Amino acid sequence: MKTMFRAAAVAAAITVGMAAGAVRAEAPTTLLNVSYDIARELYVQVNEAFGKAWKAKTGQTVEISQSHGGSSRQARAIIEGLQADVVTFNQVLDVQALHDRGKLIPANWQARLPNNSSPYYSLPAFLVRKGNPKGIKDWNDLIRSDVESVFPNPKTSGNARYTYLGAYAYALDRNNSDQAKATEFVKALLARVPVFDTGGRAATTTFVERQIGDVLITFEAEVYGIRREYGEDKFDIVVPSLSILAEFPVSVVDKVVDKRGSRELATAYLNFLYGPEGQDILARNFNRIHDPEVAKRYEAQFPKLRLVTIEEVFGGWEKANKDHFASGGILDRVFVNR
Amino acid sequence: MSTRPLHRVPVTGRPAAMLLVGTGMLLAALVLVAPILAIAVNAFGAGVGHYLATVTHPDTLHAIGLTVLTAIVVVPVNIAFGVCAAWAICRFRFPGRKLLIAVIEVPFSVSPVVAGVAYLFVYGDQGLFGDALAAMDVQVMFTVWAIFLVSLFVTSPYVARELIPLMQVQGSEGEEAAISLGASGLRTFLHVTLPNIKWGLLYGAILCNARVMGEFGAVSVVSGNIRGQTNTLPLHIELLYHDYNTAGAFAAATTLAVLAVLTLVVKTTIERRTAALRREAMEDGAA
Repeated sequence: MKTMFRAAAVAAAITVGMAAGAVRAEAPTTLLNVSYDIARELYVQVNEAFGKAWKAKTGQTVEISQSHGGSSRQARAIIEGLQADVVTFNQVLDVQALHDRGKLIPANWQARLPNNSSPYYSLPAFLVRKGNPKGIKDWNDLIRSDVESVFPNPKTSGNARYTYLGAYAYALDRNNSDQAKATEFVKALLARVPVFDTGGRAATTTFVERQIGDVLITFEAEVYGIRREYGEDKFDIVVPSLSILAEFPVSVVDKVVDKRGSRELATAYLNFLYGPEGQDILARNFNRIHDPEVAKRYEAQFPKLRLVTIEEVFGGWEKANKDHFASGGILDRVFVNR
Repeated sequence: MSTRPLHRVPVTGRPAAMLLVGTGMLLAALVLVAPILAIAVNAFGAGVGHYLATVTHPDTLHAIGLTVLTAIVVVPVNIAFGVCAAWAICRFRFPGRKLLIAVIEVPFSVSPVVAGVAYLFVYGDQGLFGDALAAMDVQVMFTVWAIFLVSLFVTSPYVARELIPLMQVQGSEGEEAAISLGASGLRTFLHVTLPNIKWGLLYGAILCNARVMGEFGAVSVVSGNIRGQTNTLPLHIELLYHDYNTAGAFAAATTLAVLAVLTLVVKTTIERRTAALRREAMEDGAA
């Protein structure tokens, strides 16, 4: 009964809020952060800390709303009019789409903030069962005949594209940049995958709940959520010797903040992610960060490895898409027996 | 439409009947009961504390409120639309009548996701009216209004589809009699048409309500998924699931189930009351 009353109260509040929404318009103490699907808890923490910091500095109480979903879908929604003040995505191309297809941000958006506008980063890493019974240490262990890997279908999942490119980059590095050998390597890797799910969440279910495979390949940052959900003591994290740098690009959405007059607040919000407090929250949630002071505190959590970028190995996302993932690309050729 | 069977045939000792009943029970258990039990079990999988924390979280409460509000807005509009459409189609002959019948069915045959995208193409910033809406500074998509709109679209056939066959079977003799005795159109509608169709109307409204509350596809396209603003209960459940909070997702799912049960209770109560009224009327008539 109590729930019902509450629900009724909330319904009433929504109605009032809608009426108020029309008048509110130019009071920029609210922000909408449109973000990728698994960052909900992370930005709850960020928003709380930012709210306190902003209040201490200006005396204003800010209210930050969050929207989470697959980042391509989120980008599409913004282009169609979702009033995002800032975006915090996990795919560079999805921020770029805001410029290419909606002219909502300038072409040079990536140069406006440090590190290509990416306040944190991650990399494809391995989640293995407790004690690492198969002794998996690096990419080359994944093509052993006694090891089965689980990751989503690279055709449908951005996460799996990073995995695929990480394996490819590793093989290029090991074989003096021999493309044919690298192609053979990813072919062998894909042959060792028992199930291809369409997305990261489904692949996690396959590995954790259906107990299929010896290793789940996903972003190191995602391992945090998986351990929180399924238990700290069930899995170990293995970081390979080389992996692909996965950027988490952020941007102010110029068209929206200029209309709402929220540019100052939105910019402060993104800068907060680069500050010591923001970096600490990010690192606590298993995202790798750039701030040297904070990074030192989390040294033990982040094993050292060689990180390469999509730009230096594959000539950028666009070229990587064309060479590998487009119809008739390398992925189609090595995927052929599936 | 009677609430209890007039007589029961004993099943025991009749193998064929027992087999049929048994099969029915087994299917119901596997298809209906097991998934619902799974929701309940998983909802409490992380403990009662976690369950209560999820259910009473402001974002969950808001999602419940928004879902109920959507039903409150959408169902009456669809009742009005359904009655008008059914009345027009069954009682009048006019050009385009067949076309209207076909058009009413469209939302049934269109996938909800397509419906959502279609609304984007019309009301989105890149859509047909995008520039005009932007010039007037009116935001439709990614607000609660968009959720109302697509919910209306998706559920618009329910009431009309219930009423049209019913009204066709009943024919228009009663109404013609009322009119010829000098009753006005409105009076005829209220005292002759409405009492005849009220069960169909109620049933259509309940179906419509259930569909509004559960709608995912169309709403997910146009909602923008803003937590605490445009996140309906089904969207909230998906969000929790993708956020590695399975127990939370199931906990939120139980609230959706509770809403469904409440709908059922309302339906049964109305049925009982109406049946009682009818009995009283009959007894008065007899006395």
